[in-house]
Amino acid sequence: MITHIHRPLRVVLYEGQGAIPLNAEARAKVMAALLDKGYAVTRAATGAPAMPHDDRNLLLLGSFPEQKAPEIEDAQGQIKIDTRDITGLAAEDIVSLVEKTRGDKPMNEPGKWKPWFPVIDYSRCTNCMQCLSFCLFDVYGVSEDNKIQVQNNDNCKTNCPACSRVCPEVAIMFPKYQAGPINGDEINEAEAGREKIKVDISSLLGGDIYSALKDRSAAAKSRFGKERSPDKALDERKKCLTKLVSDGFIPADVLASLPSPDEILRKAEVAKARAATALANIASQG
Amino acid sequence: MPDSPPTLLYCRCAYAQVVPSGVKNEVLQRLCDAGVNFETVSDLCEMAAHRDPRLAALSQCSSLRIAACYPRAVKGLFHQAGSPLSADAAILNMRNQSAEEIVGQMLGTVPVSSMEESQS
Repeated sequence: MITHIHRPLRVVLYEGQGAIPLNAEARAKVMAALLDKGYAVTRAATGAPAMPHDDRNLLLLGSFPEQKAPEIEDAQGQIKIDTRDITGLAAEDIVSLVEKTRGDKPMNEPGKWKPWFPVIDYSRCTNCMQCLSFCLFDVYGVSEDNKIQVQNNDNCKTNCPACSRVCPEVAIMFPKYQAGPINGDEINEAEAGREKIKVDISSLLGGDIYSALKDRSAAAKSRFGKERSPDKALDERKKCLTKLVSDGFIPADVLASLPSPDEILRKAEVAKARAATALANIASQG
Repeated sequence: MPDSPPTLLYCRCAYAQVVPSGVKNEVLQRLCDAGVNFETVSDLCEMAAHRDPRLAALSQCSSLRIAACYPRAVKGLFHQAGSPLSADAAILNMRNQSAEEIVGQMLGTVPVSSMEESQS
């Protein structure tokens, strides 16, 4: 769940004019320590210009003569600039200094959340909308110009790359996934073929979980009439999806958090309608 | 060759351990050894997830050279965040290139292919 978008500081490791450069080992250690805590760090000396600045406050770290950091203010008066001398400090002490300067302002931190969401390779995507129909968690949507897009990435279930596996064009990536081509690695024809075989396996469900559920639900209803219950439907749904889980397509905890059967069917209708509308709009424009 | 010096960007991939730590540590160390100016971010995926405005600032830098992961993924992250990379950006992959090769390409001592050249 994405709950934090705070970026309180831009940290600059200043080694330009008026500062004493760190040795390379110390420089790498302090940068690694700050990065591992979630800070972005600019290393600035003489040479190429740094990335343009935004509206965040600036924290300038440096080793200064007489261990006295200069007082600096933004000429345009838009941001606050803090300066700190780090002469002789170890990397962990510099991190503590930065944390103290940040104070109680919240920020994103590694370890508390994994950035897990699909990334679409539009050079491969054919806008078939299969991902829109497949995902049970409303991660995908349709843009104003009727193109598939990731709209709710915070709905995505961590470590679940199922939509990527069923994409017929291998156009959906999860950069934090271990193996290619889901992680964004280059695709060769053999790999693409293997992915398509996986799609064929999922077609055991009718090629679409929703359709499969709907068909099975209808069959069950005709057989059992009033005996049909949400519990039976749930059981059927789990049987359908157990195959995907056992193949490693879907993590077990994702299966456990699936919506109710009725909700799945409702979502299926909504998703299909959205996909059909978008594709019809494209056809009418073409 | 570009007229302006390249902007160097290093991604730490701190939010998940999918980039080999030996490679990412060595790339950082070599950049520090070189004494050059460079930008670092904790994790490009985390930034893209939040459509971080810093991605837009980075994408507008001239001759951007990025040490991160698979070029297809990095390009997609910037695009999805609404800040597509320019064609002259080059993406170096710490998941399957050596640190020596990556830093050589970032510093210009080893030829590097931009996205434009890679696609041609």
